[in-house]
Formats: sequence, C-alpha cells, structure tokens
Amino acid sequence: MNYIPNISFAIALLIGIGFFVRNVLKLVRNINLGKELDRSDRKTQRWKNMARIALGQSKMVSRPIAGFLHIIVYVGFIIINIEVLEIIIDGLFGTHRIFQPLLGNSIYGFLIGTFEIFAFLVLVAVIIFWLRRNIVQINRFMSKEMKGWPKSDGNLILYFEIVLMSLFILMNATDHSFQEAGFGNPISQFVAPWFSEYPLETLSSIEHIAWWAHIIGILIFLNYLYYSKHLHILLAFPNTFYANLQPKGQFNNLSSVTKEVRMMMDPDADPYAMPEEGAEEEVPEKFGASDVTDLNWVQLLNAYTCTECGRCTSSCPANMTGKELSPRGIMMKTRDRLEEVGRNIDSNKGVFKDDGKQLLNDYITPEELWACTSCNACVEECPIDIDPLSIIMDMRRFLVMEQSAAPQELNMMMTNIENNGAPWQYNQQDRLNWKDE
Amino acid sequence: MNVPTMAEMLSQGKNPEVLFWVGAAGSYDDRAKKITKAFVKLLNKANVDFAVLGTEESSTGDAAKRAGNEFLFQMQAISNIEILNSYQVKTIVCTDPHSFNTLKNEYPELGGNYEVYHHTQYIKKLVQEGRLEIKKSLKGKKVTYHDPCYLGRGNGVYESPRDIIRKLGVNLKEMKQHKNRALCCGAGGAQMFKDAEKGDKEINILRTEQAIETNAEIIATGCPYCNTMMTDGVKFHEKESQIIVKDIAELIAEADNL
Repeated sequence: MNYIPNISFAIALLIGIGFFVRNVLKLVRNINLGKELDRSDRKTQRWKNMARIALGQSKMVSRPIAGFLHIIVYVGFIIINIEVLEIIIDGLFGTHRIFQPLLGNSIYGFLIGTFEIFAFLVLVAVIIFWLRRNIVQINRFMSKEMKGWPKSDGNLILYFEIVLMSLFILMNATDHSFQEAGFGNPISQFVAPWFSEYPLETLSSIEHIAWWAHIIGILIFLNYLYYSKHLHILLAFPNTFYANLQPKGQFNNLSSVTKEVRMMMDPDADPYAMPEEGAEEEVPEKFGASDVTDLNWVQLLNAYTCTECGRCTSSCPANMTGKELSPRGIMMKTRDRLEEVGRNIDSNKGVFKDDGKQLLNDYITPEELWACTSCNACVEECPIDIDPLSIIMDMRRFLVMEQSAAPQELNMMMTNIENNGAPWQYNQQDRLNWKDE
Repeated sequence: MNVPTMAEMLSQGKNPEVLFWVGAAGSYDDRAKKITKAFVKLLNKANVDFAVLGTEESSTGDAAKRAGNEFLFQMQAISNIEILNSYQVKTIVCTDPHSFNTLKNEYPELGGNYEVYHHTQYIKKLVQEGRLEIKKSLKGKKVTYHDPCYLGRGNGVYESPRDIIRKLGVNLKEMKQHKNRALCCGAGGAQMFKDAEKGDKEINILRTEQAIETNAEIIATGCPYCNTMMTDGVKFHEKESQIIVKDIAELIAEADNL
C-alpha cells in the first residue's frame, strides 16, 4: 500500500497547526504585555454576553444588510467546518468520505447537501461584500485608514473565501461516484455537467487536486489570520467575554491617584515622611498611557480583535464632522504599535529595546485624542464590544497628568475647578444666587 | 423661591428626603438657571422635602475627569463625598446627566454611596406616586427629544424622559438617530470648554439638522450642555422663530403655568 499521501497529509497538517500554535502563543504573549486588569467577576453574565453577542451575533443586525450577509458567512463557516473533520480523517487514513457509510446515505446526503447550500450562499454573500468594498462607495470602507494594506487585507480574505468555497463545490462536482449516487449534491449537480466530457481518470485527478487545494487553503488561511484583521473569528469570543460590564458612562477611577489624593488630603499626613527603613523604594506609577504597555490587556485584546469594519468610525460625531479622530484608527494604530513592540522583543532575545517610539505622537496624535466627546457611540456600535474610548481616555490622562499638555482652554477650565469649584470663573459664594434672581 | 439648604435643614434638625445637586451650569449659566428654577417649581409643587448644598456645592469633577485630570477629579470627589456624607445624604437628584453619571457611578468606589436620579426619572417617580400631575397642555405639538449621551448610552435611560414628555400630550417625533444611536450634541468629554478640533462642521450643527428634519416645533433636552449646543445650532440655522429648545422640566412646569 502507498502511504505517501497519508504521510504528506499528516506533515501538511502538522506544519499548518504548528505555525498556528506559534502564532497563538505570540498573540498571547503580546496581549500579556498589557497591564493587569481583573475581569474574572460576574461569570454568568460574561458567558451570557458571549453567547448573545459573539455566538448569537446580536449586535450585527443593527445594520441589516451587512448583518444579514455576515450571519450567512458566519453560519456557513461554522457548518462547513464539520466537513473539515471528514477531510482530516480521510486524509490521515486514506479513506474516502468516511462519514458516508457511518452515517448512512440519507443523513450524510442531508449534511453534505446543507454544506453545499451554505457554501453557495457564502459565495454569494462574499461577492456582495467584495462589491461593497470595491464598487459601491460606502464611506466607512473609503476612509483614510483603509488605504493600502487594510484594503488589500480585506479583499484577500474575501478571495480566500471565494476560492475555498469554489474548491469545495468543485471537489464534490468532480467526485464521479458521489454525483452518480445523486444525493447531497444540490449545488454541485449543476457544476458536474461542465465536466461530463472528461474521462474518469481526469475527473478523479481534478477531484484530488481540489480536495488537496481545499485543505491546504484552509491551513494557509488559518495561518493568515494572525497577520490579518480576520482574528475576530477567534477573538470575538474572549473579547465579548472580558468586555466591560459597568455602565458605559462610568470611567474607572485610577487607584494610584486615589492613594496620592488621600495622602494629600489627610491632615495627619507628614509630607516630609521618610520611607520606612527596609521598605522598598516605590517606583512612582506612570499616570495614563503613552504606549501600548501602559494599556491593560483587555485593551490590547480589543486591538487584535478589531475587524476594521468601521461602524465605530461611521457613528463617531467627531469623525462625521471631518475631525482627525477615527475610533477604528485608534484600534488599528494600537495594534500596529503592539505588533512593532512584539517584533522588537522577538529580535532582541525576549527583551524590549527602546526604539525611541511610542503609541502617542508616533501613532496617535493629541489632535485625535482631544476631538473625542466621550459620547460612547463607538463603544455602542462595535458588534463585538471593543472599547476605543477607554484608550482615548487613558492617553488623555497621560497628556494631562504627565505632560500638562491639555489645550489651553481646558487648563483654564481645570484651574477654575481647582480654585472656585466650577469650570467657569465664578465665585463659589455666588452658587445659590439664582434662587433670588 | 423656596430653596432650603442642607445647612439650614440641619440647624432645624431635619434631614430632607432628597438633595438637589444643582451643578455648575445650573448654578451659574443664565440659560441653565431657568432649568434649575423650573425643576425647583416642580419639586415645590409636588411638596418634595428637598434641599440644596448651596455654597457648599462644588464641581463634581466630571469635566476634569473627562479631560484626563484624574487628580483634580478625585480631589473634588473626595471633598464632595465628605460633605455629602456629613449630611447623611441618601438620595440625590440632578438636572445634569454628567453630574448624575459621576455621582451615581464614579463616587461609590471613593466612598460616596447614594441613590442618584436624573430629574426626568425623578419627575416620572413623582407622577407615578401621584404627587405630581403633568398637564396635557402641549396637545398635538410636534416635539423631538435629544438623548444626552451620559443619560442614554452612558446609563441606559431612554424611556423615563420620553414617558413624561408623552404625558404632555405631544406628538413625539424621533430623530433619525435616537436612543442608543443618538448623535452627541458635541459638548461631552470636556468639549464644552474648548474649541473643536479642525473639521468641516460643528457637531451641534449636524445634530440640529437632524432635529430640524423632524419638523418639530420644540426640541426637548435633559441636559444643560445639550441645551446650549442645540440652542446654538438652531440659531446657526436661523430657525429661532420656528423651533424652541427647552428642558423637559421647563416644559412640564410651563404646562402647569408654574
């Protein structure tokens, strides 16, 4: 017996999965460059959110066309992956359609038939997606941050899907005995006649090539994920699980600040107190974020999860009125910088070597940060609960508390609050004057 | 106007059922003061046992926090909490969603635990308890309601304001972006206190366009800052004679000729 195909298949599978694992480990390492944040509370609610938002796609349909098409591709993707299981078993053991005798013709036919219908629907949906991205002038796909690689990345993913789905149909269409049997081929039966003139051996070769190309394509796509915006197919699940559960209007209180403020306001505190002997000199904590490592791990997970769909940006009041700020841009830049830091660590034997760059200024400008109205439209819009606002706020905190670099008018506002307890220059003693006016 | 302060109440040995947190805009801004007074009229009409902090009230620190100044915010918060706790305040009502959000969500961790209401929620409560009646004096008037970000998306309060607006008998027209999809007025995140960044339009002008599209005669608001932004937007579009911008508290007070 000839084991070469089985062995080649096993090797291809090992290489594909091996690289994928390596990428996942790198991903986890990079996400863990972020600061700690405890999101282990309220597990039940977290599972529910994940089931509803990621698994159930509940936020996708707020935009009906894209939402509906996305659900087709999503369901198709999950269902057709059952077929991959058969492909792997067939590949490893040299069997052919192993599930057919196991499940019986009617169940098997029903399953494969369903896969074929979904493959066809996915093809149609993906072609519409391509048209939306390339022909129909949809604003959120045309913005500045979508030029170059992000645009090609989006198209490449669509081409992958078109090729994979076509190969699946082709593989079934050229499987002579499968077509002869005449079940489970609701789509491929229309493709099979194109090959009716071919001799059986040629047909069988085409089937083999399609089968191999299909599985190799899947393995390549699996490894393309890490380099693309397509990671959401995996990360949407942890991302929705670990999302913020507090009211959106609530911003976190920096605990490092609380410590200092309490000390400042404590009448018994000794401002000249020496640290206790033996006590470790505390490194003063940096306030806010100027680089990705100042952000927390959920914010970094957010950056990897972002699919660059741009719903956030299209609903951002600043962006809608022509300002530089784009919430999607914030996420993309955070990821780009995180990747850069990761590569830096890789090429310096596991230690980050200062590259003279940071997220602030080199990627995200103060102009973008100050244009935000903190209205939460971006957070509300994100179909998988990404929170660009929290990154904007953490970076503003750095600008103000570490660099005193707020716009002049805001400095005046803050001075007023400090001096007279109101953002304007009014005397606190006049606060009740309205009563008698 | 009957506006007792917490200090006066304390000197009489009384602890009112609710503290009205007036906020900086409500105390100093000429337009917002009218909202403050309208709400006080409603409180008095409903015989609510309330008080204000008066000169003991200080900025919640919200604007400082959104601008990134966590230090200033927490200093304000901690000293406000000291005062609030010293008066044993249990319940607070605000006419400003920003104060509402900060007091409700950001003060507890710093030691300030209160039951906090936005005034539209409080008015609804008074109506439900039978303490306040809303007169149907705006029958058939076309009214649109602008959701404040920190009330709507920020805290999920969409229905209370709409419920009490409907009680005025109005024809409530929604803007194309409303409730959780509502467009910001442009004032949030400390934008109120600075010029906008370079762009091709002001946010309040865009939002007012959406309001004008509804053909409403009244834009109802629930936030003094939104009120300013929408009023400016209406002026920009030279529609002052057709559209007025009013806080819900004002609409309800005027409905009863208060």
